[in-house]
Amino acid sequence: MTFIAEHIKNMPRSGIRKFFDIVNEIDGAISLGVGEPDFETPWPVRERGIYTLEKKRTVYTSNAGLLELRREISRYLENSLDVKYDPNGEVLVTVGASEGIDVALRAVINPGDEVMVVEPSFVSYKPCVVMAGGVPVVIETKQENNFRLTPDELVEKITPRTKALILPYPNNPTGAIMEKSDLAAIEKVLKYRDIVVISDEIYSELTYSDSPHVSIASFESMRNKTIVLNGFSKSYAMTGWRLGYAAGPRDIIDAMTKIHQYIIMCAPTVSQYAGIEALKSCGEAVVKMRKEYNMRRRVMRKGFLDMGLDCFEAMGAFYLFPDISSTGLKSEEFAERLLMEEKVAVVPGTAFGECGEGFIRCSYAYSIDEINAALERIGRFVKRMKGV
Amino acid sequence: MEKDILEILEKDSRLSVEKISVMLGVSEEEVARCIKKMEDDGIICGYTILADWDKAEKEYVAAMIEVKVTPQRDSGYEEIARRIYRFDEVKSVYLMSGAYDFMVLMDGKNIKEISHFISSKLSTLDYVTGTATHFVLKKYKDYGIVMEKEQSEDERMKVSP
Repeated sequence: MTFIAEHIKNMPRSGIRKFFDIVNEIDGAISLGVGEPDFETPWPVRERGIYTLEKKRTVYTSNAGLLELRREISRYLENSLDVKYDPNGEVLVTVGASEGIDVALRAVINPGDEVMVVEPSFVSYKPCVVMAGGVPVVIETKQENNFRLTPDELVEKITPRTKALILPYPNNPTGAIMEKSDLAAIEKVLKYRDIVVISDEIYSELTYSDSPHVSIASFESMRNKTIVLNGFSKSYAMTGWRLGYAAGPRDIIDAMTKIHQYIIMCAPTVSQYAGIEALKSCGEAVVKMRKEYNMRRRVMRKGFLDMGLDCFEAMGAFYLFPDISSTGLKSEEFAERLLMEEKVAVVPGTAFGECGEGFIRCSYAYSIDEINAALERIGRFVKRMKGV
Repeated sequence: MEKDILEILEKDSRLSVEKISVMLGVSEEEVARCIKKMEDDGIICGYTILADWDKAEKEYVAAMIEVKVTPQRDSGYEEIARRIYRFDEVKSVYLMSGAYDFMVLMDGKNIKEISHFISSKLSTLDYVTGTATHFVLKKYKDYGIVMEKEQSEDERMKVSP
């Protein structure tokens, strides 16, 4: 006899979690496995947090979040995405973008609805779809398309039951981005269809191409059927503050706020005040971090190419997704043996979907020295595996 | 690109041209040419290290001296500045706005040595009308670098989604 609900019992544990347990037992391992910035939260933000505590602002805020914060978010979105959202009713402050994913799905899914999940991608999407009573339908993206979603791949998976598409760009784990022309092709497919897009743009500040990040919500026909999810974790190095937000059409944000109100009440108050400071005064810090990531990205990619691994040029987030199939190893085997033999932790691509087979995710949220040290070890390992 | 190279070198001037070229995604020739040009143009004035002399167990005192002067008719402050910075003991000379004219930074073996320099060399210059000396008790941060290494272990979980 078990008390655990069927759908939870059948839900697989995150592939990352499994790996996490192994890594922790290895002494002196260098890790490239982390999905969070190595930078500190900018001091003005932390200082604002301290000040907030001093002022005893430790009570609930309104469900949707502090109005001042929503105003700043709305201003930020208008500046960065060129989309206008009313701070009153079209913006919801969440506990990280993670909550946003959950609440957005719950707000739109009827039992049995299909939700298209683009993979490889963040580990939470499918479980959240299932928990919301939906049916995840995976769309596998390919390296030959730079892991971008193509209109053909999208059309192929649309059925009468399709309710939503989760669009995860800039992408974790591949580092892929969707440029305006790519999104335009997707928009063509969705324009006259009743499909909600949940656009997870948590890495929007971390792109390295000449043109800045574009959101599908910036297309006129998509604005009212797109939920933009974002947050402070990656752009402002604020993972532990648990602060994110959702912006979208009034009816959906209203529904999401209803759920949020019952399960969360409000995002942490101290974090919300800190978030205001981040948006107001830390643009410069973001630029600096982006520059630094970009340098590391180039150093790491050159490292992989030099050791003979194919590695597509990721233009976003802080991950590279090298193709390790030439070593003859499967992703999990590669990651496990690399950890045992050279003490470097990377995440097998399969943790992000079956089509991640043949790849590993390497984070460059590390100093250049650490990256170089890890590359040296990986290079040694690859050489051994290839027998050259 | 010049600015990018400067920013990189300012953090670590020992990085090779090759490494910088990878970091910026441009050719080595381009980086080398750029550095050479900045050296020629005096944009890069030198390469140095940042030492914490307190830890190096060298007898050492640093001082900041406010200097008031009478500017000269033809050369203004320039000639006076030159007279001051030519002393080897003087590390930095800044022309300031506010209550005094020059800020002079200098190092010495001990307080006596610095006092001697001020009383015999600096104050005696014709156009110097007054000085106020501040000795540095402790340097916490210099040139953007925190001298006392904070215990900053990577607290992140080794693997996370």
